[in-house]
Amino acid sequence: MSKWANRVAVTLLWICGLLTVGALAAVIVYVFIRGVGQLNLDFILSAPRGVNAEGGIGPTIVATIYVTGLAMLIVTPIAVLAAVYLAEYAVQGKLVTVIRFAADTLSSVPSIVMGLFGFAFFVEAMDLGFSVLSGALALSFLMLPIVMRTTEEAIRAVPRYIRWGSYGLGASKWQTVSKIVLPSAMPRILTGLILAMGRAVGETAVVIFTMGQAINLPISPLDSGRSMTVHLYTLAMEGINMDAAYGTALLLMIMVLLFNLSARWLARRKGRFEE
Amino acid sequence: MTNKQEHGGSGLAQETGELKMMSRATYFREALLRNIFMLCAIVAVAAVALIFVFVGVRGWPVVDDPGIVAFLTGTEWSSTYGEFGILPLVSGTLVVTLGALLLGAPLAIGTAVFLSEIASPRMRSIVRPAVEMLAGVPSVVFGFFGLVIIRPVVADLTGSMGFGPLTAALILAVMIVPTIATLTEDALRSVAPGIRHASYAMGATTWQTIYKVLIPAAKIGIIDATILGMGRAIGETMAVVMVAGNAPQFFSGLGEPVATLTSQIVIDMSYASGTHRTALFGLAVILFLISMGLVGLVRSLARLERRS
Repeated sequence: MSKWANRVAVTLLWICGLLTVGALAAVIVYVFIRGVGQLNLDFILSAPRGVNAEGGIGPTIVATIYVTGLAMLIVTPIAVLAAVYLAEYAVQGKLVTVIRFAADTLSSVPSIVMGLFGFAFFVEAMDLGFSVLSGALALSFLMLPIVMRTTEEAIRAVPRYIRWGSYGLGASKWQTVSKIVLPSAMPRILTGLILAMGRAVGETAVVIFTMGQAINLPISPLDSGRSMTVHLYTLAMEGINMDAAYGTALLLMIMVLLFNLSARWLARRKGRFEE
Repeated sequence: MTNKQEHGGSGLAQETGELKMMSRATYFREALLRNIFMLCAIVAVAAVALIFVFVGVRGWPVVDDPGIVAFLTGTEWSSTYGEFGILPLVSGTLVVTLGALLLGAPLAIGTAVFLSEIASPRMRSIVRPAVEMLAGVPSVVFGFFGLVIIRPVVADLTGSMGFGPLTAALILAVMIVPTIATLTEDALRSVAPGIRHASYAMGATTWQTIYKVLIPAAKIGIIDATILGMGRAIGETMAVVMVAGNAPQFFSGLGEPVATLTSQIVIDMSYASGTHRTALFGLAVILFLISMGLVGLVRSLARLERRS
C-alpha cells in the first residue's frame, strides 16, 4: 500500500517538474515559431509606419536599451555601496532592520504602483515630463533592491580569511573592501546587475507612465519614447498588425534570455578566492 | 591614497609601525566613507517613504470625494457616472489571485519538492534553470501568450469570449511558480539532512519522508513562499490587463470579464482626470499597503520561526 502511494506521489512530483519546464518551453517555442518569420534587418532597424505600424520597431529597441542603460548607471553606485554597508560595516540593530524591511517592501511593490509614483514624482512634480530620464529614474527604484540583495550575497560569499590577511598587512577597512573584497566578488555582482537589467527590459507598467507611448527615436534623455514592451502591449491590445507583435515578442524574449544566460555563465565563473 | 602627504596627525603610527594606529587623515577618510555607504543604504528607506508619500498625497483626496466609505464599500466603479467604489475590483483581484494560487501553488511546491528530493543532478540542471528563466519572462509576453493561446481554449471551454478570471488565473499560476518554487526549495534544503536520513533509516518511503517529515519541518518557509507568490499575483498588472476583459463588475462566471485593482489603473489612467485620477491613486495606495502588509507578515513569521 505504502509502496503504491509512493509510486503515485513520485509520479505526480515528476509531472509538476515537467509541467514547469513545459510551460516555459511552450511560451518560447510558440513565440519563436510565430515570430521568426518577422525577424529581418529591416524589422529591427526601421521605424513603424502608418496606422497599422507596418515596417520595423527600431526606435522601440533604442528606447528600451537607452532607458535600461541609464537606469543601470543611476542604480549601480548606490545599490553596490548600500550593499557594502550592509555586508561590511553595519552592525545588527534597528537601522539595519529598517533598511532590510524597506528593501523587501521595495521589491514587492507592484510595478503599477511604481509607475504611478514615477508619474506623480518624476513626470509631474520634478517636471521631467514623459522622458527617458523619468523612465530610468523610476526603473532604478525597481532595480535597487535586486542589485542590493545580489551584491550583498556576493560580498558575503567572499571568505573571511581573505579580509584577515588584508588587515594583517595593515590595510584599512576601505582598502580591504575596495582592493580585496569587491574585486573578488565582482563576477557575482555583475550577475546581479545583469539580472536586474533583464528585469528592466521586460518591465511595462513602470515605463508606460513615465517614458510615454509616443513612437520616436529618443536622442536626449528628456525625449519621450516607447519601449518594446509598451509597443507589444499596444499592438496586441489594439489587434493591429499581429505579425509585428509576434516579432516584437520574439525579440524581447531573445534579449531577456540572453541576459539570463550570460548571468548564468558569469555566475558559474568563480571569484578570485573561491574554492 | 592621495593624502599620503597629509599623514602626520599621528606620526607615531608610521615611525613605530604599530598596528591599529592610523593617521587622523585615514581615520577621517574611513569615517566619511562609512557614512556615505550608510546614506546609500538609507536611500532604500527613503525610496519607500517617497513612494508612499507621493502616491498617498495624490490619493488622499478620495477621503472627501467620493468619500472614504463610498470608496471602500462602493459596489459600482463607473467613470461615466462618477462612481468610484472599489468592491468590484477587490472581488476581481480576489477571484483571480485565489484561482492562481489554487493552480499555481501545488505546481510550484511540487516542482520544489521534485527539485530537492527526487530529481537527479542531471534533471535538476534542466528544471532549475527553467524555473529561473520563467521568472525572467516579461509579463507582457505572458499576457500576449495568454491572449493568443489560452484565451481561445478557455473560450471553447466556457462558451464565452475567453476574457475573464479563468484565463487570468491560468497565466498567473505559471507566473507565480518561480517565486513559490525557489523559496520552497530553499526551505526544504535548509532542513538538516540528518532528519531525512533518520526517516529513511526507519524504512519510510520517499513520499512518507516528504509529507511526514520534510514538509512539516519546512512548513513556515513554504507558507512564506506562498504568501509572497500571492503578493506577486495581486500586484501583477500587464498580463492580467491583456486577458481579464477589464469590466469592473462582480464575479459572475469563469469566462465573464472582470477587472482587478491593478488592471483598472492601466485601463483608466490614459484618460482619467479629476476625482477619477485621484481614485486611481487611491487604488495604488491600497496595493502598496497590501504588499507592505504581506512583507511584514512574512518577516514576523520568520521571526516566530527563529524563536521556536
